[in-house]
Amino acid sequence: MSDSQPKRIAVFGASSAIASAICRRLATSGAQFALVARRQEQLDVLVADLRIRGAAASFTHATDLQDSAPHPQLVADIAAEMGGIDVAILAHGILGDQAAAAASFAETRQVLEINFMSSISLLTELANQMEAARRGQIVVIGSVAGDRGRQSNYVYGTSKAALQTFCQGLRNRLTPAGVGVLLVKPGFVDTPMTAHIPKGPLFVSPDRVAADVIAAMGGKKDVIYTPWFWSPIMFVIRLIPESIFKRLKL
Amino acid sequence: MNESVAAAQSWGRYPRYRHVELNQRWRFDPLNLPATPATLLPHGMGRSYGDSCLNADNALLHTADLSHFISFDRQTGILRAEAGVTLSEIIDLVVPQGWFLPVTPGTRFVTLGGAIANDVHGKNHHVVGTFGNFVNGFELLRSDGSRRWCTPSSNAEWFRATVGGLGLTGLITSAEICLKRIGSRRIRGQSTRYNTLEDFLRLSLASENEYEYLVAWVDCLASGKNLGRGILMRGNHDAEGPLTNRDAPPTIPCPVDLPEFALNPFTVGAFNNLYFGKHGKGTRQTASDLIPFFYPLDSVGDWNRIYGKRGFLQWQCLVPLGNCLDTLRRIFTDIARERSASFVVVMKTMGDLPSAGNLSFNGRGVTLAVDFAAAPKVFELLDRLDTIVVEAGGKLYPAKDARMRPEVYQAMYPAWRDHERWIDPRFSSSFWRRVTSQ
Repeated sequence: MSDSQPKRIAVFGASSAIASAICRRLATSGAQFALVARRQEQLDVLVADLRIRGAAASFTHATDLQDSAPHPQLVADIAAEMGGIDVAILAHGILGDQAAAAASFAETRQVLEINFMSSISLLTELANQMEAARRGQIVVIGSVAGDRGRQSNYVYGTSKAALQTFCQGLRNRLTPAGVGVLLVKPGFVDTPMTAHIPKGPLFVSPDRVAADVIAAMGGKKDVIYTPWFWSPIMFVIRLIPESIFKRLKL
Repeated sequence: MNESVAAAQSWGRYPRYRHVELNQRWRFDPLNLPATPATLLPHGMGRSYGDSCLNADNALLHTADLSHFISFDRQTGILRAEAGVTLSEIIDLVVPQGWFLPVTPGTRFVTLGGAIANDVHGKNHHVVGTFGNFVNGFELLRSDGSRRWCTPSSNAEWFRATVGGLGLTGLITSAEICLKRIGSRRIRGQSTRYNTLEDFLRLSLASENEYEYLVAWVDCLASGKNLGRGILMRGNHDAEGPLTNRDAPPTIPCPVDLPEFALNPFTVGAFNNLYFGKHGKGTRQTASDLIPFFYPLDSVGDWNRIYGKRGFLQWQCLVPLGNCLDTLRRIFTDIARERSASFVVVMKTMGDLPSAGNLSFNGRGVTLAVDFAAAPKVFELLDRLDTIVVEAGGKLYPAKDARMRPEVYQAMYPAWRDHERWIDPRFSSSFWRRVTSQ
């Protein structure tokens, strides 16, 4: 195992398809994991799989991340049990139901609580921990949906856009401490989150996204689109004047 | 419910059906059943060629999320994994540690569950028999919520019904298999050009003791005195050598459907002549990494698209050894006469070890697999070939089939009626409905 490979990895939302795929690739180089997800039986399945694929003995934490009160203790526990955190991956989140969110603020709040509030709570703890350690990398799974509000999923998009702005500020703050913040913006990924959506040619596997994420981690990138073709697509989408965009059926 | 509208198809892309597509997210979750009265069929990589992995107008249950390893003992080679893990992932994990699959089909992109449900075989069938012989056990989840760990000795009737049981007895959630110890990932052997069917049989039978892996590539357009000519490949694992391979060959994509005229008797004949001629007379020594040796077609991604939009049929028979030369001669003569283009033709002798499954494609004899574009005249040809196989007391491989008639299947697999007892009431497949219709 080379020294450049991350060794101690904390994963929030470890049962998500993208996080799983990233972990599998990192496991082969002998990484150690602290996995956080809601159900212990899922964590047991994940940790056994990673161990067989080459991971060092790892830790699990069964908790619902929507409740942010335990976050400081959770991050402290993880840092203590692994002797530090080289990489933290934030992959928990929900797509939500846009129609329900449009009709009810309660539904909107639920999406924002999980995708945004719980993430910035964790990011606050992780940033303080890594800034003090003067090392580390934070990987946040965002979305192309955060690049522009569209009627079909603006609540989800809002949560990811807010996350993007927060990450920009955090990156600016942590750069002097040598801590990186990588925002990953996947397009359509074939995961349980999108199982109900008809699959078009733009869909890719979680493993394809994982390969891009790991390459970007090694390259100390700040923001990536994955797959790469979303970069020009979103560039064009952002360029469309609002006076025209507001009339589009998107 | 996780209903999806992606269009699952089989490898031959014939026939094509509409399905409700569901996912089994975790192995400990309850079975993800469709709304009644729809039936369900587990679906892995969709590498079965015909309709045995399809369930028209009903539900498919994708097992892609059941992709976790559960345990691996690198001292004993005993591996436990979820049913959606592919043989490719198993190879990547175990070969560097000196283990290999005890039996492998011609593609590594199949799931563990699919390998059991079809009781697949490989180039070493004459030595070790089918995949089921190396399955220590599996968990079977039924629509009534029951879970059974089935082994050859406990829940043994469920075990025999499920190995080769075409996915109909319930969902295999996980399984334990026994791997084979290897000293190297290099396969060393010989390839020998032969000119007649008699030569194929004589050479194959004479090589069975000395070589673990045997398979022949056949020029099925050759006729007359060249009938059945081909190249016999023989190999063994090197006793010592590399276990890791840093420069794995890239996969060449086939991103578009080729037009239907791309494969015709002239292009295929030219390819076959070139391949056969290039080999030269006699025997050549060969040494190859196990990936290109076992999986030459895996190097072209989506190679099924070379047959164009209409899809293709594979026809694989097993004819008993006794009168096999006469039977094969009749089969090859009819194929050559029709000039139905095909260059994926393989033939090998199969051994006499019993199989673990009631409905396994297994038995002492010669197996022959031929691809055809799904054109109308091919269906007539294959009906004639089926008759020859039934008369010879042979059978067809359900994993490859999309069109055999019910009376043909029922004559070849008399145990089919007993199988109905073990089928889960909520499970079905297009294949099963077709071959058991009156």
